[in-house]
Amino acid sequence: MSILVYIENVEGALKKSTFESLSYAKAVADLTGETATALSIGRVSQDELNKVGQYGIEKVIEVDNNDLEKFVNQAYASVIADVAKSMGATTVILSNSFSGKGLAPRVAAKLGAALADGAIALPTISGVTWQIQKTVFSNKAIATEELHEQKKVIALTPNSFEAKEAAVAVTIEKYEPQLAPNDLSTVIKEIVRATDKVSLPEASIVVSAGRGLKGPENWAMIEELADVLGAATACSKPVSDAGWRPHAEHVGQTGLAVSPNLYIAIGISGAIQHLAGVSASKTIVVINKDPEAPFFKVADYGIVGDAFEIVPQLIEAFKAYKNN
Amino acid sequence: MKILVCLSNVPDTTSKITFTDNNTAFNSNGIQYIINPYDEIALAKAVELAEGGKGTVTVIHVGEAAAEPTIRKALAVGADDAVRVNAVARDAWFVANQIAHYAKEQQFDLILTGRESIDYNGAQVQGFLGELLSIPSISIAKKLTINETEATVEREIEGGKEVLTVSLPIVVGTAEGVAEPKIPNMRGIMTARTKPLQVAEPVDVPLLSKIAHYETPPARGQVKLIDKAEIAQLVNLLHSEAKVI
Ligand SMILES: Cc1cc2nc3c(=O)[nH]c(=O)nc-3n(C[C@H](O)[C@H](O)[C@H](O)COP(=O)(O)OP(=O)(O)OC[C@H]3O[C@@H](n4cnc5c(N)ncnc54)[C@H](O)[C@@H]3O)c2cc1C
Repeated sequence: MSILVYIENVEGALKKSTFESLSYAKAVADLTGETATALSIGRVSQDELNKVGQYGIEKVIEVDNNDLEKFVNQAYASVIADVAKSMGATTVILSNSFSGKGLAPRVAAKLGAALADGAIALPTISGVTWQIQKTVFSNKAIATEELHEQKKVIALTPNSFEAKEAAVAVTIEKYEPQLAPNDLSTVIKEIVRATDKVSLPEASIVVSAGRGLKGPENWAMIEELADVLGAATACSKPVSDAGWRPHAEHVGQTGLAVSPNLYIAIGISGAIQHLAGVSASKTIVVINKDPEAPFFKVADYGIVGDAFEIVPQLIEAFKAYKNN
Repeated sequence: MKILVCLSNVPDTTSKITFTDNNTAFNSNGIQYIINPYDEIALAKAVELAEGGKGTVTVIHVGEAAAEPTIRKALAVGADDAVRVNAVARDAWFVANQIAHYAKEQQFDLILTGRESIDYNGAQVQGFLGELLSIPSISIAKKLTINETEATVEREIEGGKEVLTVSLPIVVGTAEGVAEPKIPNMRGIMTARTKPLQVAEPVDVPLLSKIAHYETPPARGQVKLIDKAEIAQLVNLLHSEAKVI
């Protein structure tokens, strides 16, 4: 019995959420007394793969096959399930990232495993039965899910488990997958990535703005603030509905649910649907000219005032802090 | 083209979420239910694709009779017929198995789900369906076009997008951008009443997991207001008190 942790890369570089999954897998292995092995699919350099050792995992299974250079959900799920079967893994851990969400149910179905998606904490283990917490109702509540099956798939929410360093030496072992033609029926034509931007689902700081900004032309200061902080940018729903910002930035109940360390909300009223997706953030700062804005009720820090006056000053204050 | 749209019946987005029975069950008392907002997008796309006799749209819901107003709304928006699998939607695995069981007999070209439901946020049904039916599942779709038997999907990836092509049949999990949700008109509401709504009995599915209990997140403390003349103080507090920068 052992644990398999699938590690994601973007163009050959391991993702931040991967380090969290590795640390989580190591912590689960410590709880169960098993060993955790990492699985990498795609073209990733040995140097990158060696990083796995920094998080306490001693072995990486490397699948580097021409057909698997790009992420194809079905094929990747087959490989993960095959590797899990071949090594007798009873627990598969992956990230509840956009691709992880597509993989987890397929892997679970292939293995006949119980699936805990969106896990936010380590399991409480009592024999075969594990209890795992996840957020439900778009962060309005937390559910404890009980997994009864011996086989389990756990998809860990990004930013919910801190990556911990625990350096060990790594061995890398190659694995040749057997792919069915059916697994490869999806053809990736084009990938467009904004490489200079911090990815919103993984960001530990998010600078978000709403209709209070009046129009898309005023986002330069939001981007500058995000830049200074190394943050991702987000927005409220009406902002993306109006086309001021891309839908990928919309957070809330019907957008992305985020839980960064710091969420800065500028000119956002704090409607219940918006709060649902962001209130799990560790620290919330609200800037709004209306002292009655509901967002102040869930904020840790607030400034009552005009965003057009405050944000430029805030940028200067953060710059001064960074330079010190 | 035969299209199946999977509908989830979820609490209205303004709902305050509470629990009963010692926090082991969701309290549906006084809750207004709606079509899951992402499923509304899926439905709008399906109706658009089938327009002008190009196809048929069937909606399926796994749930009790109380959800029939939601199903009728989908018929009013333009679906041709509906199926309700008469069971409590225990979890995504159970729901996906019911839908897969129905879909296997019917041979749909395209199965649409929302990217996730706004109650349990599992994003699981589309992947389970793909696996149970041995067809590709693609999520999070931002654009979807169909050309004869091939679909082109633009999907969201972290920090970007990916365009892919794939032969039907497929399952797609939709999000904003795929279509604008449609509001039923009077004619739609009238004709919905006469459209077929079939009730099917569920198949057995083993229980692999269940929610043992719920809790609501701890209340947040009082906000600390900072005078706008002292913005540097906020920076200090974020560094020394909150320790987030
Ligand atoms: C089914 C459904 C789902 C929804 N899902 C979501 C969701 O996922 N995410 C989401 O965000 N919303 C969602 N909404 C919409 C939500 O109800 C609110 O309409 C939305 O969050 C409001 O966005 P806003 O705060 O940017 O705009 P507004 O409500 O217009 O608020 C603007 C705020 O900016 C402040 N302001 C104005 N000018 C300035 C200034 N110069 N300086 C500082 N402050 C200023 C105002 O005081 C006000 O508080 C949903 C709604 C529905 C019906």
